[in-house]
Formats: sequence, C-alpha cells, structure tokens
Amino acid sequence: MTYVSLNSVKKSFGPTEVIHGVTMDIKEGEFIVIVGPSGCGKSTLLRMVAGLETISSGEIEIAGVVVNDKEPMDRNIAMVFQNYALYPHMTVYQNMGYGLKLAGDSKAEIDQKVQDAAELLQLSELLNRKPRQLSGGQRQRVAMGRAIVRKPSVFLFDEPLSNLDAKLRVQMRLEIRDLQRKLGITSLYVTHDQVEAMTMADRMIVMNGGRAEQIGTPLDVYRKPSSLFAAQFIGSPAMNIFDARIENNTLQMGETIIAAIEMPDQAVKLGIRPEHFVPSPTGAIKISIKATEPLGANTLLHGKLSGMGQNITVSMQGVHELSEINPTMAFDVERENIHLFDASNGKRLS
Amino acid sequence: MEKRVIFRGWLLPICLVAPQLIISVVFFFYPAAQAVWQSLFIPDPFGLSAQYVGLGNFEYLLSDKYYRASFVTTAVFSILVTLCSMVPALFLAVCADRLIKSSGIYRTLLIWPYAVAPAVAGVLWMFMFNTRVGIISWYLGQLGYDWNHVLNDGEAMGLVVVASAWGRISYNFLFFFAALQSVPKSVIEAGAIDGARFWRRFFDIVLPLITPTAFFLMVVNVVYSFFETFGVIHTITSGGPQQATTILVYKVFSDGFVGQDLGSSSAQSVILLVLVGALTIIQFKYVEKRVHY
Ligand SMILES: Nc1ncnc2c1ncn2[C@@H]1O[C@H](COP(=O)(O)OP(=O)(O)OP(=O)(O)O)[C@@H](O)[C@H]1O
Ligand SMILES: [Mg+2]
Repeated sequence: MTYVSLNSVKKSFGPTEVIHGVTMDIKEGEFIVIVGPSGCGKSTLLRMVAGLETISSGEIEIAGVVVNDKEPMDRNIAMVFQNYALYPHMTVYQNMGYGLKLAGDSKAEIDQKVQDAAELLQLSELLNRKPRQLSGGQRQRVAMGRAIVRKPSVFLFDEPLSNLDAKLRVQMRLEIRDLQRKLGITSLYVTHDQVEAMTMADRMIVMNGGRAEQIGTPLDVYRKPSSLFAAQFIGSPAMNIFDARIENNTLQMGETIIAAIEMPDQAVKLGIRPEHFVPSPTGAIKISIKATEPLGANTLLHGKLSGMGQNITVSMQGVHELSEINPTMAFDVERENIHLFDASNGKRLS
Repeated sequence: MEKRVIFRGWLLPICLVAPQLIISVVFFFYPAAQAVWQSLFIPDPFGLSAQYVGLGNFEYLLSDKYYRASFVTTAVFSILVTLCSMVPALFLAVCADRLIKSSGIYRTLLIWPYAVAPAVAGVLWMFMFNTRVGIISWYLGQLGYDWNHVLNDGEAMGLVVVASAWGRISYNFLFFFAALQSVPKSVIEAGAIDGARFWRRFFDIVLPLITPTAFFLMVVNVVYSFFETFGVIHTITSGGPQQATTILVYKVFSDGFVGQDLGSSSAQSVILLVLVGALTIIQFKYVEKRVHY
C-alpha cells in the first residue's frame, strides 16, 4: 500500500535545477534512507516533502492526498533537524508539548502524551531543563520526542546523528530504528553515511547530483549496483574499479583473462568489492602487496595489479602482517561478484 | 585565550585614552560636578552673588506642582516615544526579514531618517503640521479635522512624540533586523511543522528569542527620549501649550536659561541624572535576570 509517493519531483533555485526528477513510491511503515554525497540534494528533497521548500514541478502525495500546495502544518509530518532546532527558551516539556498545544489538546492530554514520550525516550528526569542544559545525545532525544508526541503520519530526519560522536551514533541509530518499528510510522531519513544507510534502511535512494541513481533494498544496492556511482558509494572500503574490455566473449584486463562472459565486444569498467577476492594459487588476478592494515576481524591489503600498475584494495579474513605474507598473491573472483559497467555512461551491464 | 596588547610604560596608553577622558571630563564630569554644586545655592537675579540654601532647591522642587506635572509629562512622553519608535521598527524589520532579497533598498530607505538631526526633524514635522501652511494639517482640515497643536495639549504631545520617534525607527530597525536574522531558521521551521502560523510563530518563538535586543533598545530609547528630544520639543512646541510638552530636560533649560533660576535648574539636572542612572541600572539588572534562556 503506497503511503508517500513522489512523482517526477523537480526543484529549481532560480535558474539552477538541483533535483532533476525523482519518482518513488513508499509503503506505509517503510523506513527509507536517502543517501548521497554532500550537495546532491538530499535535504532539498526531504524539505519538499516537509513543505519547507516549494515543489518546482511534479507531485508529492501523502496518504493519497497531493500536498504540493499544503503548508507544513497541514501535512501531518514531523521532522528532526540536524541541529535539532529545539526552542531554546522552552523547557524540554514545553518543547515536546508545543505542537500538541497548538493542535488544541487539553492540558491533561498534553501531559499524558509528553510523559509517555519522555518515558519511551528516557527523558522523564529532564523535562524541566532547557535545551542548553542538555548533552548532544539528550537534545537529539528531545528532538525525537517532539517528533513522536504528535503521532505524525510521516517522520522526516535530516542527518539527525551527524553531530554525535561515533559511539553514540551507533547507539542512537539502533534506538531510532527500534522506535520507528515500534510506532510503525513511515520515515524518510537523510544521511551521507553509507553505513547508516545500509544498517537502517528498508529501502534506500542513492542520490547523485540531484538524481536518484538507484532505489532498492540495501542488499540490492550492494549486490547489484545499478551504476558506477552507486557501486562506489555503497560498501566500505569502496569497490575497486578497473578499466577492462570484453573480447571474444572473455573479460580481459590488460593481457589477463579474468572470466568468460558472453557479451558483445566493448570497453567496460570492471568492479570488484575488496571482500570478494578469494586467494587461490591459480588465480588470474595477481597483486603485488605494498601495505597491510589489520582491522582485527579482517585485514586490508593495499597493492597494485601486477604488470598493470592499478591500485587495488583487498579485504582478507584474519590478521595478516606484511612481513608474513607473500608479497605477490593471486586471487580469483566468482562470476556473481564481478560487476560490469558501461565505460561511457557508467550504467550497469551485468 | 585572551588577546591583549601589553604596553610598556605609561605614555602611550595615556595618550590613547586621553581624548576620551578629556571629553568626558570637560563635557560630563565638570558640568555635572558644577550642577551638583550650584544646586545648593540660590543666585541673585544678576548672577553676581549666590546664597547657600543646602537642599532648599530640592525641597522646593518636590513640592512644586509644575515640576511634578513635568514628571508625569516625561513619563507619558518617554513611554510613547519608546513604543512609537520600537513597535513600527519591529514591524518593519519583520517585513524586511520575510523578503530578504529586496531588503537592500528597503533597508537603505529606512536608514535615512536616522541621519536627520533632531532639530531639523522637528522643523520638518512642524512645517508639515503647521496650523496655517502645513500640508498635513491642510489635508486633515479637508477631512474635517481641525488640527491645532499650538492650542491642543494632546495634539502637541502627539506631534512631538511622532517627530521624536520617527528618526529612531531606523536605528531600532537595524538592531531588530539583525536580531531577527540571527534567529536560527530551522527553529522557525520546526515551529511551522509543529503547526504555528506566521504571527503565532512570531509571538511564541521569535519574540522571546529577540528579547535581549528589545531590552537593550528599550534602555537606549528611554534615555534618548529623556535627553535627546530637546531639539524636537524646542523647535515644535517650546514646551507648550501650557507646559503640556515640558519634559524634565526641557524644564531644566527653560527654568535655567529662560527663567534664569540657575539653582533650581541645577537641582533638576541632578535629579534627572540620578533618575536616568537608576533607570538604566534597574533595566540592565532586569535584562540580566530575565532575558537568559
Ligand atoms: N536556498 C537555496 N538557494 C540556492 N541553492 C540552494 C539552496 N538550497 C540548496 N541549494 C543548492 O541545492 C543543492 C542541494 O542542496 P542540499 O542542501 O539539498 O544538499 P544535501 O544533499 O543536503 O547536502 P549536505 O549533505 O551537505 O547537507 C546544492 O548544490 C545547494 O547549493
Ligand atoms: Mg543536507
């Protein structure tokens, strides 16, 4: 059941178009992550859903109603801002209750709802504090609280965790996801952090330069990136990309034949994720290793393709020191882990 | 980290602060001290000798019904001037804040009145409202209203208030505009999402956040209306009709220089000094306590 739908939504600021037409249907209760590099238009897209930016062309529908001309307050949405945007002169209680007060709830109702939300977010002790007396994580919670008390039909998050330290970010990420599942509220979540996108999303929109490069589940995007951009943006460390070509139904890199692939002859970009190299004495891909980075569970090997000079990163299970391993190693890659992209437009070939 | 310039020796620092010190001493401390001294004497009509009367001047003033009336006039006048200069300024700033793009020209236009000296502003307004040749009083006459601030107390007060407040609007506007611009946009957007429409957001969110500026302006405007409106009043009404616009500072002038009662005039200056000092201290104390959020 479609709940929020974007229909070739475009946005121009003056003469410059920054969103070039995004189309997507979002199901009720889905958690959608909008991910992409800085300046690609994530916030702009979210703000159009919120009603904080006008829609230059196209349509946005929420719960079956076109909301293009509706004010933010008439869309029944709630938003969590990157800087939280708490009202500095109001207490936590007032911050959370303000929307309810405007909606005309009675004092008793407001109290009930605020107390409930505060309990859910472990804010009960802090209700009488002002925002400036709270830590970053607590402010984040208050911003969440302000969003959930009104029981909106859509949650919007604009990089809500980017001001927190790494540990808190992991914790809050789980909490937000947990809360959203509990409440079952359709959510759009903007981030530039691909780990957040992978771990939180039901489905994600990978954006690049105002376009949705790919829309799909995290695993879809990981397994079958639809473009070079999506391939390199999702996954850490990033996918290795090599210049290669198809000749006589074989995939060749330099003089090396990597695999047999039935396809017309052409130049291609070959993508292989670091974690998909399998050590094999007879492997076609030979690498001279220059440095290792043991990360604990796995080790990153940085080196160059033998005879080609292209940089390559390989991720291997276990801890390996540069001194202990063979300086040149051979690897194989399974067919399903070979990604081929059009050399000219970066679109996925297979 | 504190950034300070450390001077060696005394000469340079003294030279640097000297201009300000000399101006303060010559034009403020010396006259103030003289006023305190003179307030204890009654000079004879020719100014050749003076008789020591202790606090006699003050006693006389406090029992003088004209002086007390002037207190009330001053209170009414300064409240009106402060309101008339701050409320329109705030309104204009809110409008300018809404349409940032065109505010360049708009702002420049609003700054102009500030460049007009009070006395000139007074003359300007006096001409416009002149009972015989004034363009506005003529229009009012056309509308059936007989404007005459020379005879009517209320109209006189209204005119000096408007003339005094007019030039201040641009000054207040600048501060309000800067304050409005510094309110985080996302906080206002959060208000919009929470369901507050424009004016509701203004009163619930924006106004509380700009109170520090508003209080600062209030202090400045009250002090302005106490002292710097002299030129306006002098040119438009000269304190009349029947002292209806004689504020304290104008009474200091008219008793001292017109009435030649230097002792009483000095005593009035001293009272004024204490009054404004006290007002300022109270206001800033209040600001410190109240306006922190
Ligand atoms: N009010 C505006 N006027 C003109 N251009 C704007 C405006 N707001 C955003 N842009 C432009 O639109 C593009 C997208 O901006 P947006 O804020 O949506 O990026 P973003 O993906 O959220 O980036 P970030 O991760 O840095 O927040 C940028 O190129 C930006 O310069
Ligand atoms: Mg952004």
